[in-house]
Amino acid sequence: MIENIRLSFQGIWAHKMRSFLTMLGIIIGIAAIIAIVSTIKGTSEQIKDNLVGTSTNVVKVELYQGDWGYKSGDSSGGNTLPVFNDSLKDEILDLDEVTAVASYRLGSLYSGAMYGDNAVNNTTFVGVDEDYFSVMGYSVKKGRLFTEHDRKNHNKFIILDSVAADTLFAGEKDYIGKTVIIKNDAYVVIGVVEQQDSFSPKVENLNDWYTYYYNDASGKYFVTDDIWPMLFGFDEPYNVVVKPRSTEDMTKAGRKTADILNNYIGANNNANNNDGNEDESMGSSLKYRSEDLLEKAKALQEVSASTSKQLIWIASISLIVGGIGVMNIMLVSVTERTREIGLKKALGARKGVILAQFLTEAAVLTSLGGMIGVGAGIGLAYIISDVAKTPVAISGAAIVVSVVFSMVIGIVFGFIPSVKAANLNPIDALRYE
Amino acid sequence: MLLELKNIYKNYIQGNMDVPVLKNINLSIEEGEYVAIMGPSGSGKSTLMNIIGCIDKPTAGTYFLDGQEINTLKDRELSFVRNKQIGFVFQTFNLMPRQTALDNVGLPLQYAKVPKKERKRMCLEALDLVGLSDRVSFKPTQLSGGQKQRVAIARAMVNQPKILLADEPTGALDSKSGIQVMDLFRELHERGTTIIMITHSDEIASYADRMVKIIDGELIMGDEEASGQEVQDE
Repeated sequence: MIENIRLSFQGIWAHKMRSFLTMLGIIIGIAAIIAIVSTIKGTSEQIKDNLVGTSTNVVKVELYQGDWGYKSGDSSGGNTLPVFNDSLKDEILDLDEVTAVASYRLGSLYSGAMYGDNAVNNTTFVGVDEDYFSVMGYSVKKGRLFTEHDRKNHNKFIILDSVAADTLFAGEKDYIGKTVIIKNDAYVVIGVVEQQDSFSPKVENLNDWYTYYYNDASGKYFVTDDIWPMLFGFDEPYNVVVKPRSTEDMTKAGRKTADILNNYIGANNNANNNDGNEDESMGSSLKYRSEDLLEKAKALQEVSASTSKQLIWIASISLIVGGIGVMNIMLVSVTERTREIGLKKALGARKGVILAQFLTEAAVLTSLGGMIGVGAGIGLAYIISDVAKTPVAISGAAIVVSVVFSMVIGIVFGFIPSVKAANLNPIDALRYE
Repeated sequence: MLLELKNIYKNYIQGNMDVPVLKNINLSIEEGEYVAIMGPSGSGKSTLMNIIGCIDKPTAGTYFLDGQEINTLKDRELSFVRNKQIGFVFQTFNLMPRQTALDNVGLPLQYAKVPKKERKRMCLEALDLVGLSDRVSFKPTQLSGGQKQRVAIARAMVNQPKILLADEPTGALDSKSGIQVMDLFRELHERGTTIIMITHSDEIASYADRMVKIIDGELIMGDEEASGQEVQDE
């Protein structure tokens, strides 16, 4: 076998130009497939990264009313929902897929916040518990976080994210301890936080921008959830954010958490129903839903995967053409080497030996073509990525499959010529001029 | 009896014509004999040789080699016989052009699945026998005609076959190299190898112990038949 492979290389090397031209079909086919797969995989991973994020893998489980996110300040049923509590939190923490839980409430105030003469309208407020910052991957940039003491005393303290700080204190550096006016009430800024390793999605179009940045345009204002009712006037329902064990667990973690929460509010809704039947339609339309980024990413990836499958089929046609080229050249090679085959048979080579020799030669030829094709395909993928500004991800599996597949092409298309060689009559072959 | 041909008949079909090449050949060769088969071109001597070498089959008649009836053997068994019992030497050497002398000599051993180490030892021995120990890694293009033929002889002998079949072994050589090859044949004969050689030349045929003439597909035995007219054919 090794001997055959060595001989094949000798033969290929002896006819460099011919071998290269023979391989060209395979090279082009494999290169096309590798380039397609790499580009598609790159795009697919980008989709996942954009939606899921690379390190801050958390799943938000938020309250929905019908198909829409529950709006704060809307008193229609939401504020009758039971309040999030520690036993519920423990129950979620007990899930295998979950490593950390935090609760928060979201709301926005059109009146916004004011510092001195600078008023920022339509600001987003987040009422947080003590775990929120760590779960969401926030770190302190300036000042400090909320303490137990702050919460218990209902201190009117506020923490900003850096976007909010920049907007509100435009240019001013030393704003810790300064007072901000919100809803005619004074709040003291105690810290500024920043999302650690926050992923920066690639923004390639307006849709992406809306998805990733629009909501955060004016930044976030954090308060302890204990003072939330002072700010909004309602003891509003909570949203929950969980940190899954791994990215793959995101979907499960989100669903299970939503189930627990729905069970909880469902049970309480029913309890309410016993008191007053009027609430039924309201209560049942309120539901916790996990934002399933992984699922969204998968759906988008599936679309691109099905496109790529079609492209791969088309590229495969060139592999078949390449295979026919290999068969053609192998037939020529058998004819050329008729005397050699006759001699080998005269020296005692069995049919199988001749068959193996030619099959090996065809397989080596196409495998070599496959390897060159893989190299060319990777190059092509990077060129495409450079020109079309798409990301590239080289798939190891695709490389292995390509090389193995090109070897199979060699064996399949080399079979007829090899059988022809093996069945030559030694005397006819020796006499061949 | 090492080799026995009985009523061998061979024809070729050309168009609608039935062209007989060998007619009723009966020939026996003992182990250790050195036989020259002579005859003009087209007399059928090469066909006879190919039948003896098991690379061609007679149309009719039986052929026993070392007690085995060759006609009945399957392709696989024929390969085995060719590999073990017979060593071929051709007029045009038929060496693999891209392989070294050592690799060329090793071909029959490769087909006999001799392990690599053992193969190398046997090849070196065979090359030593033909006096080419210093040309082991040369390729055919780097060798003279005489040297090429000696590599071919080493290849024929490496499996220690019973019979050495030579088809015009000196036909493509100058007289000096031809004599060297004939000396080598004599040496092999003295070691007990049965040699069957086809030649045009009386001079070359005279190295053999026994001469067999074939004319128009028919055998004419004995030395006395070999008259000078054959020399004119060359």
